[in-house]
Amino acid sequence: MSVVKVSDLRIEFDGVTVVDGVSFAVAPGECLAIVGESGSGKTLTAQSLLGLVPDGATVSTAELTIDGVDARAFSETQWRGVRGSRIALISQDALVALDPLRRVGREVTEAIEVRERTSRAVLDDRAVALLADVAVPEPSLRARQYPHELSGGLRQRALIASGLAAGPALLVADEPTTALDATVQARILDLLRELKRSGLALLLVSHDLSVVASLADRIAVMQNGAIVEEADAATLLSSPQHPYTRALLAAVPGERTPAVPTGGVVLEATSLTKSYRGPSRSTRVAVDDVSLQLRAGTTLGIVGESGSGKSTLARLLMAVETADRGDVVLAGEPWSALREAARRGRRHRIQLIEQDPLSSFDPRLSVARILAEAIERTDTPTRERAARAVELLESVGLTAAHLGRRPHQLSGGQRQRVAIARALALRPDVLVCDEPVSALDVSVQAQVLALLDDLQRRTGLSMVFISHDLAVIRAMSDEIAVMRDGRVVESGPAADVLGAPQHPFTVELLASTGI
Amino acid sequence: MSLAITERLARGRRPRSGGVIAASAVLVVLALAAVVPRLFTGIDPLETEIANALAAPSLAHPFGTDQSGRDVFSRVVYGAQHSLFIGFAATILALVAGLIVGTISGLAPRAIDTVLSRIIDVLMAFPEFLLALLLIAILGPGESSIVVAIAAASMPVYARVTRVQVLVVRRSGYVRAARIIGVPPLVSVLRHVVPNTLGPLLVMATIGFGTAIASAAGLSFLGLGTTPPEPEWGLILSEGRNFLGTAWWIAVFPGLAVTATVIATTVVGRRLLARRAGRTS
Amino acid sequence: MRSAEKWHGARWLRWLRWLCWLLGRLGGVLVVIWGAATLGFIALKFIPGDPVEVMLGVQAQVSDEVKAAIREDWGLNEPVLVQYFEYLGRLLTGDLGQSYQLRQPVAEVIAQQLPSTVQLTTLALVFALVLAAASALLARGRRAGRAVSVLELVVVSSPAFWTGLVLIAVFAFGLGWFPVAETNTPRSLVLPALALSLPVAGIVSQILRQGLDAAERQPFATSVRARGATPTRLLARHTLRHAATDSLTISGYLVGSLLGGAVLIETVFARPGLGRATLRAIIDRDLPVVLGIIVLAAATFAIITLLVDILYRVVDPRLRTREDGS
Repeated sequence: MSVVKVSDLRIEFDGVTVVDGVSFAVAPGECLAIVGESGSGKTLTAQSLLGLVPDGATVSTAELTIDGVDARAFSETQWRGVRGSRIALISQDALVALDPLRRVGREVTEAIEVRERTSRAVLDDRAVALLADVAVPEPSLRARQYPHELSGGLRQRALIASGLAAGPALLVADEPTTALDATVQARILDLLRELKRSGLALLLVSHDLSVVASLADRIAVMQNGAIVEEADAATLLSSPQHPYTRALLAAVPGERTPAVPTGGVVLEATSLTKSYRGPSRSTRVAVDDVSLQLRAGTTLGIVGESGSGKSTLARLLMAVETADRGDVVLAGEPWSALREAARRGRRHRIQLIEQDPLSSFDPRLSVARILAEAIERTDTPTRERAARAVELLESVGLTAAHLGRRPHQLSGGQRQRVAIARALALRPDVLVCDEPVSALDVSVQAQVLALLDDLQRRTGLSMVFISHDLAVIRAMSDEIAVMRDGRVVESGPAADVLGAPQHPFTVELLASTGI
Repeated sequence: MSLAITERLARGRRPRSGGVIAASAVLVVLALAAVVPRLFTGIDPLETEIANALAAPSLAHPFGTDQSGRDVFSRVVYGAQHSLFIGFAATILALVAGLIVGTISGLAPRAIDTVLSRIIDVLMAFPEFLLALLLIAILGPGESSIVVAIAAASMPVYARVTRVQVLVVRRSGYVRAARIIGVPPLVSVLRHVVPNTLGPLLVMATIGFGTAIASAAGLSFLGLGTTPPEPEWGLILSEGRNFLGTAWWIAVFPGLAVTATVIATTVVGRRLLARRAGRTS
Repeated sequence: MRSAEKWHGARWLRWLRWLCWLLGRLGGVLVVIWGAATLGFIALKFIPGDPVEVMLGVQAQVSDEVKAAIREDWGLNEPVLVQYFEYLGRLLTGDLGQSYQLRQPVAEVIAQQLPSTVQLTTLALVFALVLAAASALLARGRRAGRAVSVLELVVVSSPAFWTGLVLIAVFAFGLGWFPVAETNTPRSLVLPALALSLPVAGIVSQILRQGLDAAERQPFATSVRARGATPTRLLARHTLRHAATDSLTISGYLVGSLLGGAVLIETVFARPGLGRATLRAIIDRDLPVVLGIIVLAAATFAIITLLVDILYRVVDPRLRTREDGS
C-alpha cells in the first residue's frame, strides 16, 4: 500500500493555475523523483502533500490519501498531526532551511518536541542519536553548535536528521543536493539510498536529472504544472517518450568535438599566487602557484569545488586584481605587469562573463546603453553604433526589442546573452567565463553553452571556462585543469584527464559525477 | 523620523498608488501656499482684531482666531512660507555638505576616511534634535540660526549614507565591468558612481525635508526660531499652548499642518525608495 | 570539520577575543565622550563676545575691575590649550565646572534635574515597547495589518509636542481624566510619557511587524511548519528572535529620539527636568551647563550603543564566530 496517493491535484495561485492534474503515488522503500525546471510547479506539489501551500493558493484534488486516510478535508490541526510524523519535508540549502539563531540539536528534535512532552535531557540525547544515524561525526559536539558552524555537507545531514526525527513514513526532499559540491553531493545521495533501503519512502524533487538518476526508482517529468511523462527510471532515461523529456536529456552536457587550435599560446599564466588577509590575522591562500596555457581557438576548462580558488584565478587573469607573485602574459605581451593606464588600451582583447550578470549591469541603464558603453570603446563610427548594437544582440539570439529593457526585466538566460553580447562588442581574443551557466535551468544552460561553442568555432575565439560542474567542463573543454585548495592538481588534454586521471581528487570528482 | 530608518522600512513595502497620489497632491498644495498664499486666503496674517479674539472656527475664520484676533487659517497658510523655507534650506544645506564629506570619505585613502568617519560617529552620538538645540546655544536664536542648526544636525546622516553608497558603488560589479571594458576611471565615476550615489540620496532628502520641517517647528515652539509676530507653525503652536482649555484651535491646526507635511513627504519618499529597490532585485 | 579537542581549546581563546573586543569598544566609548567634550569646548570658544559679558548679561553695570577678577577666577586668561587640558582634567574627576547663572556646580544642577527626566523617559520607553509589542503581535491579518500601517504612519509623523498638546486638550481639559498642572504625582506622568512614547512606538511597531513578516517568509519557517509546529510556536520560538534582532539595530536611535523629545515634552507639560534645564541654559547663555549636558548626552548615547552591540552578539550567534565559513 502506498504511503501517499494523490490524484488530479490542482493548485491555483492568484487566479493562475500553477499545477494542473498531477497524479502519483509513493510506496514504502520506493523513491519517486519529480523532475522539472523552475516554474514547473514541483515545489508547490511537494508542499501540498503537507498542506503547506503559501497564502493565496487554493488546492483541490480528486484524491489525497496519506497512509490510507483521506486527507482532502483536513483541518489545520489534522495537518499538523501529519507533518513531521507521517510525512516530512526538507528544503534545499540547509544554511537557510535551519533556523540560524537556534542550535542544531534543538532544530533536529523540534518535530519530537512539538508532539511529546519530554525533558530537555531526553531531547538532547535523541538529538545526538539522530545525528549519529545520519553519520555526522562528533554528534554531541555538533548538536551544540549553530548551523553556520557546520560545513555544507554536515548541515545537510543535520537537516535530513531533523526530517527523520519523528519517524515519518515518507520524506519529501526538495533539491537536497543543489547547494553542495559534487563530492559531498555523492555522499548525501548515498545516505538517502540507505534510508530508502531501510523502508523509508522518498519523494525527490529536483531539476538535476543526473542526481535523480542514481537514486530514483521511478521518475515523473513536470512541465508547466503537469506531469508529461512518468516511468521507471531505467526506461525513462534510456528511451524517453515525450519531447520535453527528450529535450531535458539532450540538454545534459554531452561529449565534445575538440576544437582545432588556430595559433600559438594566446594566454599564459606563470606561478600565480594570491593570498588574502582573514580575521584575527590569519592568511588564506586563494591561488597557490598556478600556471596554465591557453592555445588560440581552443577552450581551457578549469574545474574545482567551492573555495578552490577558481574565481580568484579568473580575476587575476583579467588583471582586476594583482597577484602577489607570478605573471600573466596576453598574446605574447606583458599583461599583469603593466600599469593600469598602459593596460587600458588593450583591455578589449580579453573579456569576462560571470555567474551573475545582473550585478555587472548598472541598474539604471537599459540594454541599449549597456551595449553602447562597450561599443564606444571600439572604432565603430557613431552613426553605425545603433546598428552594431542590434547586430550584437542578434548574434546572441536576442532581438532589437530587447534594447529598451532594463536588466531586471530580463530572464536569467537573456541576461547572460546580453553579457556575452557586450563582451563580444570589443572583439576579444580571449573570453574568460566564470561559472556562466551555474544559475540557469538545464535547457537554458544548454542553449547558452551551444551559443558559446558556436561562437568559438565560427570566430576562433579562445576561452577559459571555469565551472564546478564536470559534465559542463567535459562538454566545453579541449584542455582541463583541476583545481583544489588553490593549486592545480592535474592538467592536460581533456581526453587524458577524463579518461585516465592521475590525481586521487580527480578520480573522486569523476566518480561523484558519474562520468 | 530618521532617514536611515525610513530607508530600512521602505524596503519591506508593497507600493500602492492611491496614497502616493494623495501625498503628492498635499505637497503641491503646500508649495502653492508657500509661494502664492493669496490663492488660499485674502486675510492678512498679521492683522489683529481684538474684539474678535479667541473665536471658534466658523465660515469666516475656518480655523478660528487667536488671542489677538488674527485669523488662524491665514496664519497657517502664511506660516507655510516660513516652515517650508526653513525645511528646504536646511535640507539642501545638509545634503550638499553631507554629499561632499561622504564622497571625500568614500573615495579618499583609508587614513582620511577613518578620520572623517570618526568625526561623523561622534556627531551621530547626539540625538539630532539635541544637536540642533546645542548649536542654537552657540549661534543664538533666530530663523537663520535654526536653518544652520538643523542642517548641521542632519548632515552626518547624509554623509554616512553617501559614504556607504560610494563604497558600495566603487566595489560593485558594474564598476568592475566598466573597468574590464576599458572605461577610464573619470568617465566611470561620472557615468556610474555619481548617478547611483545621488539617486538614493535625493530620495532620502525628500523624507529629510519633512523631518527638517518638524524640527523647525519644534525649535520655534521653544522660542528659538522665528520671532513673533511672523507666523510659523511651531510658533503658533506655542502661542496656542496657553489657550488649550479655551481655544484649542490655535494649537491643533498648525500641528495638523506639520503632521500632514511629514506624512506626505514620507509616503512619497518611501515610494521612491521602493521603486529604486525594485530596479536592483 | 574541527575536532572536539580543538573546539574546546579554542573556547578560552574565544573568551579572550571577546574580552579584547569589549575593551576595544569601551575605549571607543571613551573616545566618543572625549570627542564630544572637545567639540563642545571648541564650539563654545567660538561664541562671539567675551564670555564674562555674556554671562553677566548686557545690562549688567559692573566695573572693569570686577570683570577682570571674574575672568581670573574662571581661568579665562590662560592660553586656550591650558584651559583645554584643565577642562579635560576636571572632567576626569567628574567636575563639570560651575554654572554661570545658577552659582552651582554643573554636576549638582544636572543631578537635581536628572531624576525627573529619567522617570519620564523610562516610562515612555515602557509605554513604547508595550504598545509596539501589542500592535505587532495582535495585528497579524492582512486587513488589520493595513490599518495598523496607517496608524503607525500618522503616529510617527505627528510631532511629539503637538501630540502632547492634543492629549492635554482632550484628556485633561476636555475629559478631566488627568491633571493639567500638577507635576509630582504619578498621574501627571502619564500624559507626557504617552506623548513622548508614541513616535517611538510607531517605529518599533513597524520594524517588528516587518521583521516578523520577513522572518516568516524565510525557508527556515517552512521547515518549522513542516515539523507540525503551531503558528504560535513559530512566532514565539523562532521569528520573534529574528524580528527583535532587527529592532535592536535602531534602539540607539530610539533612545536618542526619547532624549531629544524630552526637552519638548517637558516644556509642553511644564515639568521640571533636564530638558527644561537645557533650554534655560541655552536662553541664558549658561555655557558650562550646556557643555556639561553635551558631555552627559554623548556618554549616555555611547554607552547605550555599546550595550546594544553586546546584546546583539548575545542574540545572533552568527556574529560571535566571524572567522567561520563565509
